[in-house]
Amino acid sequence: MSDIKAATLEYTTRLGDDSVVLGHRISEWVSYGPFLEEDIAYGNVALDYIGRARMFYTYAAELANDGRTEDDFAYMRNDREYRNLLLLEMPRGDFAYSQVRQLLADVYYTLLLPELVQSKDATLSAIAAKSIKETKYHLRRSRDWVLRLGDGTEESHKRTQKAVDQLWGYTHEMFDMDETEQMLADNGIGVDVSKLHDAWRQMVSDILTEATLTVPEDSWAVRGGRTGYHTENLGHMLTEMQFVHRSHPGCKW
Amino acid sequence: MTPEEQNFMRKINAEEKIEPKDWMPDAYRKNVIRQMSQHAHSEVIGMQPEGNWITRTPSLRRKVVLLSKVQDEAGHGLYLYSACETLGISRAEMIEALQKGTAKYASIFNYPTLTWGDVGAIGWLVDGAAIVNQVSLQRTSYGPYARGMIRICKEESFHQRQGYEALLVLAQGSPEQKQMAQDSLNRFYWPALMMFGPHDSESAHSAKSMEWKIKRETNDDLRQKFIDQTVPQIEFLGLEHPDSAIKWNEERGHYDHGDIDWEEFYSVINGNGHCNRQRIEHHVAAHEEGSWVRDAITAYNNKKNANKIKNVA
Amino acid sequence: MTTEKLELFEVFIRSKRGLDHKHVGSLHAEDHAQALEYARDCYTRRSEGVSIWVMKSNDICASQEDDAESFYDPSDDKPYRHATYYVLPDPVNNM
Repeated sequence: MSDIKAATLEYTTRLGDDSVVLGHRISEWVSYGPFLEEDIAYGNVALDYIGRARMFYTYAAELANDGRTEDDFAYMRNDREYRNLLLLEMPRGDFAYSQVRQLLADVYYTLLLPELVQSKDATLSAIAAKSIKETKYHLRRSRDWVLRLGDGTEESHKRTQKAVDQLWGYTHEMFDMDETEQMLADNGIGVDVSKLHDAWRQMVSDILTEATLTVPEDSWAVRGGRTGYHTENLGHMLTEMQFVHRSHPGCKW
Repeated sequence: MTPEEQNFMRKINAEEKIEPKDWMPDAYRKNVIRQMSQHAHSEVIGMQPEGNWITRTPSLRRKVVLLSKVQDEAGHGLYLYSACETLGISRAEMIEALQKGTAKYASIFNYPTLTWGDVGAIGWLVDGAAIVNQVSLQRTSYGPYARGMIRICKEESFHQRQGYEALLVLAQGSPEQKQMAQDSLNRFYWPALMMFGPHDSESAHSAKSMEWKIKRETNDDLRQKFIDQTVPQIEFLGLEHPDSAIKWNEERGHYDHGDIDWEEFYSVINGNGHCNRQRIEHHVAAHEEGSWVRDAITAYNNKKNANKIKNVA
Repeated sequence: MTTEKLELFEVFIRSKRGLDHKHVGSLHAEDHAQALEYARDCYTRRSEGVSIWVMKSNDICASQEDDAESFYDPSDDKPYRHATYYVLPDPVNNM
């Protein structure tokens, strides 16, 4: 396998991991929503992310060409092998926590996906093109929620500010580049996320400010998702997610 | 009969639908509210046993299928609450009745989902039984209910198929998977038969509901239809039929079957199943946890409207 | 126990360009914008629509059945409003 192809496989797997982990977290909300309409609506977002994960993993399997399927990528790798961003694996928390995380992620994808559409890799570009439409809607939702919760009652404001403060330190690594991603960016395949940080900070700050929330200082940053150095949350998530699949090795479902 | 009653019965007899603003006997209104809200609650509580497996589906494909199915159930709850609200009862009142235990929901959802096979069994048997009932209800006399049923039936056709497909894969899989399928079938078959309700002779609401065409077919007729359609499906799976008395009756043109354990049925209905308390607790907890969110959007909106008025002035 | 204070909205969907918006049901939301978004999630999960209207249920003014006689009967005796009232010779009847 050429260096570029190997890097593309790694990159595609990372994007798949991001999608499946966030999709899983959102899916934990089903039947726990604050009212019926929201339960249905948030379920749609979960479906979008799992759908995205399937597209990325299917492409990863195609690149790997070693007989693995999308499910092997999702179900047969341990937490140390997962390469998702830490922000996305944090527990669902309360509704404010989930919506703040969603906003931070949605703004990230709002900036990242139009760049990925430009990729010389036709499959990555196509997946990005499809995802852009979904993300536009996701952002409208999470933005509205953060505005409502931030500028709602005293309690909702407190919960939302707390979520922002607790999640902020996990956002920095979203803009880190390593050798793999740098090589792909240089070759017009991957996105140079380091260039998105300022725009992200601006967009997020504007929304938080409008929501009467305080933008945290950049006083702490936790990193490690892309090297498999996770929080304790991912292990539990994968234990639950993978247990049926792994209890019956080699079976079809 | 008053002229109003006569007019009402004329419509019923002529197969005309009753619409929200029409005059209707109080007992009819109550009966429709009872049945529709119970149906809505069943959809919403029904999200829980299957939702229990969303985070553990054995493949990503099964995950999107299950997610969208459970989401459909929330949607169907919404359609039905919405149809019920046309009769002048609010969703908040209905939810309160559910949480206080004065309104019922299908007791099938008080059985636990213990294995992945149960997700298949619920889709195939529970949704299958529900569809038999709902197809018949597409002709119910209350207009909004009938229209809701038409919409729901159209959407639900995939529910039963995905469940059967999941079990088919298990039945043709490893010995452990096949055992899982048989176990799920054994546990869900009888409760699925109970979904059609007690024998017609025992049913408190049946006679009046039939006369008013709220219900279109009797509990026993619908149950027989389901029993008949399920036999070849079990055979095709290569599983053992949970009812050892099942036997084709040439004369009746139907399958004869064993006795249903009505004691179990009434015990679960009266709140003593495996999960009765858990289901309501879950619903209450989610509802309570959501209250600060609902308060927040109301407060936000009030502020926004106040600002608008200020700007105009 | 907290009750829900959201408002009731009616939802109308145009399933295809060229067709009328049709009433499909109702939902609860805080305002029109949120109602529109939920209508998308709750009533068009299978691409049932290309356009959605929402309106507050309270804003609907509906005729009462008691009025039906004065409302609709007067048009019963005006058959000349219907095309079938006019019988034309066969060669030109397909007008």
